[in-house]
Amino acid sequence: MSTPSVATTSRWRALTHHNLFWPVAVLIALLLVNVPFTPDFFAIKMTDGHLYGSLVSIVLFGSPLILVAVGMTLVIATGGIDLSVGAVVAITGALTCSYISDQADQNALAGVFLAMGIGLVAAVVCGLWNGFLVARMGIQPIIATLIIMVAGRGVAQLITDGQIITINSEPYKLIGGGYWLTLPFSIFVVAAVVAVTVALTRRTALGLLVESVGGNAEASRLVGIRSRRIKIMVYMFCALCAGIAGLMISSNTSAADGNNAGLWIELDAILAVVIGGTSLLGGRFSIGGTVVGALVIQTLTTTIYTIGVPTQTNLVFKAVVVIIVCLLQSPKFRAKVFGANGPKGLRRAAAPAPATPAADAAPKMEVSR
Amino acid sequence: MSATTKTPTVPEGRTASQASAVTRLLGDRRLPVLVTAALFLAMYITGLSRYQNYGFAEPQVFLNLFIDNGYLLVAAVGATFVILSGGIDLSVGSLIGFTTMFTAWLVERQGLPLLLVIPLALAVGAFGGFLMGYVIHNFEIQPFIVTLAGLFLFRGLCLVISKESISISDSTVSSMAQTRVSLGLGELSIGAIVALVVLAAAFYILHYTRFGRRVYAVGGNEQSALLMGLPLGGTKIAVYTMSGFCSALAGLLFMLYIQSGDPLHAVGMELDAIAAVVIGGTLLTGGSGYVLGTLFGVLVLGLIKSIIQFEGTLSSWWTKIATGVLLCAFILIQRAMTARKQT
Repeated sequence: MSTPSVATTSRWRALTHHNLFWPVAVLIALLLVNVPFTPDFFAIKMTDGHLYGSLVSIVLFGSPLILVAVGMTLVIATGGIDLSVGAVVAITGALTCSYISDQADQNALAGVFLAMGIGLVAAVVCGLWNGFLVARMGIQPIIATLIIMVAGRGVAQLITDGQIITINSEPYKLIGGGYWLTLPFSIFVVAAVVAVTVALTRRTALGLLVESVGGNAEASRLVGIRSRRIKIMVYMFCALCAGIAGLMISSNTSAADGNNAGLWIELDAILAVVIGGTSLLGGRFSIGGTVVGALVIQTLTTTIYTIGVPTQTNLVFKAVVVIIVCLLQSPKFRAKVFGANGPKGLRRAAAPAPATPAADAAPKMEVSR
Repeated sequence: MSATTKTPTVPEGRTASQASAVTRLLGDRRLPVLVTAALFLAMYITGLSRYQNYGFAEPQVFLNLFIDNGYLLVAAVGATFVILSGGIDLSVGSLIGFTTMFTAWLVERQGLPLLLVIPLALAVGAFGGFLMGYVIHNFEIQPFIVTLAGLFLFRGLCLVISKESISISDSTVSSMAQTRVSLGLGELSIGAIVALVVLAAAFYILHYTRFGRRVYAVGGNEQSALLMGLPLGGTKIAVYTMSGFCSALAGLLFMLYIQSGDPLHAVGMELDAIAAVVIGGTLLTGGSGYVLGTLFGVLVLGLIKSIIQFEGTLSSWWTKIATGVLLCAFILIQRAMTARKQT
């Protein structure tokens, strides 16, 4: 199928069929769009020992989204979905901030760590509840997680007594707004979480088990995988990620807002996962793709600000992107639009043989990233 | 747990009569509706005994449930159709917000007469629903994602129209909003009457027309419906069109109720609508449920709000928590029912 004369085209084809190609291409295109409007878009300045620049701020502001989306990826890989992450973000922030604000010395490290621990435990308990409903009770994931999505914000407001709790704690400020080694500290948190997730899912069998549960939960159970336990674990992990994101958001603003913290973050996270090439049907996932997807969304938001499009069209833009990405992912749409006409159709008809192994190999190639 | 589940249709013998009565009760599709109705009654009676001296017994308190929740009822009726067909519509709240904004803008800023704006708004809503249904059916994308895009799109369009809220001072609107129809015991607003008419129409469509049967069939088992020769695509698209229409109508009622357009109106209303449908006993997997159940679901949610108002000391976020707890309870009841049916 690939004679030596077309070696370069086949390499090109392998590149374009890599599962990260399109997300990365979109990300680069979006970044380049900014250049005509702000020529020093890629410039990174050193001020007061901190790095500043659009790229740094994209990663900084995108970090809660990346965290939530990474957790969401694993949930979606098992064929589920978690709508409650936004509420979990709010609960974690509310609990942590209300505990810190009760302390006599808000800068005491022990108090801050304890507060963060309390917040994260609450998040994991939410995840456990979701996992229990989905795996043990067999309730559809959308519905099961809808409960905390509805009730969770109420609980968060209950904790903060309906007010925005502001705190003044230097150590707590670090996680979402501080700097370490010239870079925003949250970048390190995100890098650590992503690294641990990739290591756990690609260096151990865990990733394979997650994918197999997503592919067919019943069959996985029959071959001896404890699919229920995997599902519960995945929801707990997702909630933990959301909890860390909640700490980050509340630390960045030094305040807990039960109503607005993490509002719509579940939708952005699902969008990031979809852009990253993880199928919503489950059974296959790409953490790298999700990170790129989350960066795409954050870059889109930044781009809308920098190129001077009125910010209120942000949502319309997002809607258009969702629609385009989903249509491109739909096999039926591709068949209808590209299927029957001209060379593109021919190439597609010829492509499947090399394309399928490439797609299969792709998730495993991720180990080396 | 599974000891009694094998004999759902066995004619009752002497020994098994008790067990089979339980199974029959649990297998009855009307059970969730009855549970919701009983819950509503219990809540109402509790309210009566607790707040007797504060005027809870007035018939108007009961009628106010319809006045204050008419728009939610209409939206929930639309959501009932979608959920019965096995789909989900997340764009409800955004579409309501968009309709308030769109009508307020046309009436106030463009000076169009209300009579022209109403059909226009309804047409836009129905067309939005149609587009979503078209994409869902023809490109086989999950309804969840398509309607999520709809959520973003309509909320975004609200903001494109205007970032600030537009209050409506049009005389037709305010006179319509203030009209009250006397029922002897109390009075209803135009919004409440429209909501009840929509409910009656939905009841008729769902239980007495071919289209209604198709909705149940598609929700019950898409594959079987297709093999039976039912027009799958037409039904699905019609269901989403209907939901879009109902959302737009709910938006108009909301606009009448609140007399302004605001880009942040009805944020998260889709959750209320879905919660009302679930509490009303409709299975989220589709194929089973009643539109009357949705009425009780909406009434229960409305009653929670008014009880919290009467209580006075409870804060508004208890509404959310109570809704979540009820949602959870009803989902578990549904689960128990379907588990018995399957085994």
